[in-house]
Amino acid sequence: MNAQASAVSLKGVSKSFRAGVTALTGIDLDVRPREFVSLIGPSGCGKSTLLRIIGDLIEPTTGTVEVNGKSAHQARLDHDYGIVFQEAVLYDWRTVAKNIVLPLELLRWDRGRRNARVKELLELVELEGFADHHPWQLSGGMQQRVSIARALSFDPALLLMDEPFGALDEMTRERLNMELLRIWEASGSTIVFVTHSIPEAVFLSTRVAVMSARPGRIAGIVEVDLPQPRGGRTREEPRFFELVTEVRERLAAGGADLVAEEPEVAEEAL
Amino acid sequence: MASIAVEGPAQPRISAAAGWAKRVLLVLAGLAVFWGIWEGYRWIGERLGITWPFRVDEINMPHIHEMLWTLTKPLQPGGPALLTEEWHWALFTGKEALVGFLLGGAIGFVLAVVLAHSTVLRRGLLPYIVVSQTVPILAVAPMVVVGLGTKGVQPWVAVAVIAAYLTFFPVAVNTLRGLMSPDPRALELMRSYAADRRAVLWKLRLPASLPFVFSALKISATASVIGAIIGETPASIQNGLGGAIVNFNQYYSTAPERLWATNIVCAVLGLFFFAVVLIAERLVLKRAPEHVA
Amino acid sequence: MSTAVIQRRALEWLPALVVFALGIGLWQGLVAAFHVQEFLLPKPTVIARTFWEERGSLWHAGFYTFKEALGGFALGSGLGILAALLFAAFRPLGTAFMPFAVAANAVPIIAFAPIMNDWFGLLNPFSKMAIAAVLCFFPVLINTLRGLTSVDPRSIELMRSYAAGQGSLFRKVRIPSSLPHLFTGLKIASVLSMIGAIVGEYFGGPTDALGVTILNASSYTNFPVAWAGIVVASAFGILFYAAVALAERLATSWEPSRRDFRAE
Repeated sequence: MNAQASAVSLKGVSKSFRAGVTALTGIDLDVRPREFVSLIGPSGCGKSTLLRIIGDLIEPTTGTVEVNGKSAHQARLDHDYGIVFQEAVLYDWRTVAKNIVLPLELLRWDRGRRNARVKELLELVELEGFADHHPWQLSGGMQQRVSIARALSFDPALLLMDEPFGALDEMTRERLNMELLRIWEASGSTIVFVTHSIPEAVFLSTRVAVMSARPGRIAGIVEVDLPQPRGGRTREEPRFFELVTEVRERLAAGGADLVAEEPEVAEEAL
Repeated sequence: MASIAVEGPAQPRISAAAGWAKRVLLVLAGLAVFWGIWEGYRWIGERLGITWPFRVDEINMPHIHEMLWTLTKPLQPGGPALLTEEWHWALFTGKEALVGFLLGGAIGFVLAVVLAHSTVLRRGLLPYIVVSQTVPILAVAPMVVVGLGTKGVQPWVAVAVIAAYLTFFPVAVNTLRGLMSPDPRALELMRSYAADRRAVLWKLRLPASLPFVFSALKISATASVIGAIIGETPASIQNGLGGAIVNFNQYYSTAPERLWATNIVCAVLGLFFFAVVLIAERLVLKRAPEHVA
Repeated sequence: MSTAVIQRRALEWLPALVVFALGIGLWQGLVAAFHVQEFLLPKPTVIARTFWEERGSLWHAGFYTFKEALGGFALGSGLGILAALLFAAFRPLGTAFMPFAVAANAVPIIAFAPIMNDWFGLLNPFSKMAIAAVLCFFPVLINTLRGLTSVDPRSIELMRSYAAGQGSLFRKVRIPSSLPHLFTGLKIASVLSMIGAIVGEYFGGPTDALGVTILNASSYTNFPVAWAGIVVASAFGILFYAAVALAERLATSWEPSRRDFRAE
């Protein structure tokens, strides 16, 4: 595997659903290893669909998708990525620790290795005391941290995140943004991040892909040249506001104020 | 899933023992209220000579203490107390019910797993499974007993088969519902792990189906007892509660308390089965508490 | 409906029809092959012929028993609904009574059928109605009460913000949202009421009742008639259930359709 190769490479990807709905068209995107790329756009621009195409959960109608130098399908079979949804999707019948260890069970890691890894991850997301709690005993933010820990459990090169903080309040969101950057630094993974929030996209990313709807396409890419590591102060810098404004203008130019009609959610049978 | 932030496990406000005491008291209070209503209605009914909806007298409404008292007296002169006989009948009927429950439950469960994985089979068989509930299997009971008897099968097994028939439907239907209950996100997650169908079944569908399975088992527990009791009646099987009901019904006017006492024993048997499933549910299932407003 | 939709619907039902054809064919074939079974389990063709020959008396008997079931269903469900409304309005009463309702539901109530016959008279249809009513009462009560009390707290807060009283809260929120649960209970009750009526007749009833017909036929080893009777009983049971399901469709058409068994 070439170190210079893209972590994710999309060429000419489009997606049309059975009902004649075109969710995406002409998507070209290269994500370099260790990058943090956000996909932002109005409802109906296909950003969640695009994320699922990268994860081989939906098949593109045309175009090629490469992840880690292989086909998306092979990447999924090789467990090259972890995914985090907007809902934590934790299993009520498992404790926090057992939720995190689920992918490792599927990968048939032996028990000692599994338990050691879970301990590491609980420390990483700062939930050490909660290993034996059940999901319903945790707050929304804590549940998402468990979900992130689970996605990182087998140390994938790529992390796909679909509006993971969308259901949380602003303060929790900002705190988790910080934590996510810290985790990104520590794990050295590539992250593709879908969001509705412009400040979040600018704060987290190295690049922001601005999408527009009807049909879904990438309207433009904004390079975020804010210095790393980012912190609480970053949000107060003038350059931050400039970038937020630039993204906002790109969104408006792409027709972000139109109401989208296409369903955002995937319709394919699983 | 609730989003309530809690630092540690919720502290119960009353101790567990006090909770139990409260429940026991509630049950006793309920029984006392029932006893009061029964005896009260009888007392008023006899004074006023009520005949509608039914005539109130010592035949139709024996005293509750008479029903309990008759259990201590022997059925035949010089024989054991009625309670001892009832105990044996209850064991006999209970055995039929248990075998039926396990058999029907197992078949229903396996069938549900198969149907969850095959749309074609599901579409083909589900309508008949639903329809099977409306067939009055109890009407077929004597034929089942005689038919299996010609194959050298003991009558109690035939009754167990009837009990199994009654229990298999709730288990099949509810288990199927439970196996198909996980939401699309959870399935996408499994797909992202490239998990095969077996892994999805064991790690996701089966655990998710447990609450549904238990609610079906609670229904089935009662249904299997009913199936066993009623299954005995037309086949005139003598060693169980069903047979006892038929016999005591014949001589109802001479000793009504005996029929009532037998009914009480039937009720206890049904409650016992139900309680066992309830306890098993409490031990096995750990789920978010239900929301009541 | 477009032809595409009709085609799709027909295709969905195809497996069930195939199974039916296979089942009947197998039944016919097996009985022909193993003659010894024939007196117990007649061929479908024999049952169909008997059904046709006796259709008058079978229909009459079935309808008689159905009326008992319907009466018991109406009585038991009606009382169950009223009790549920009462317990939802006066909570402490409800929480105290619920365990007893659940326990009563776990008791083989049908064992009381002979007593009902003794109370109201063997030949009186009300004795069977009474058993059916008791069988229906508890499931309807439990399900309806659950529906009335498991309302989204935010709905309740919304109504409180409108300064709506308990009565409005009931009428506008609790009752509509309890309908799906109510119909679950009613569907259960429809099946139980038929079973209650037939089993009640088992312990004695007039000869023109379906349960008695079946029982007598099988004790005189007239199995074709017995089986034809069972077919009639099932038919009434299915129609009753379907009628309740149809009413459910009409009453809760606003609900996002919850097809229980379709894959997501």
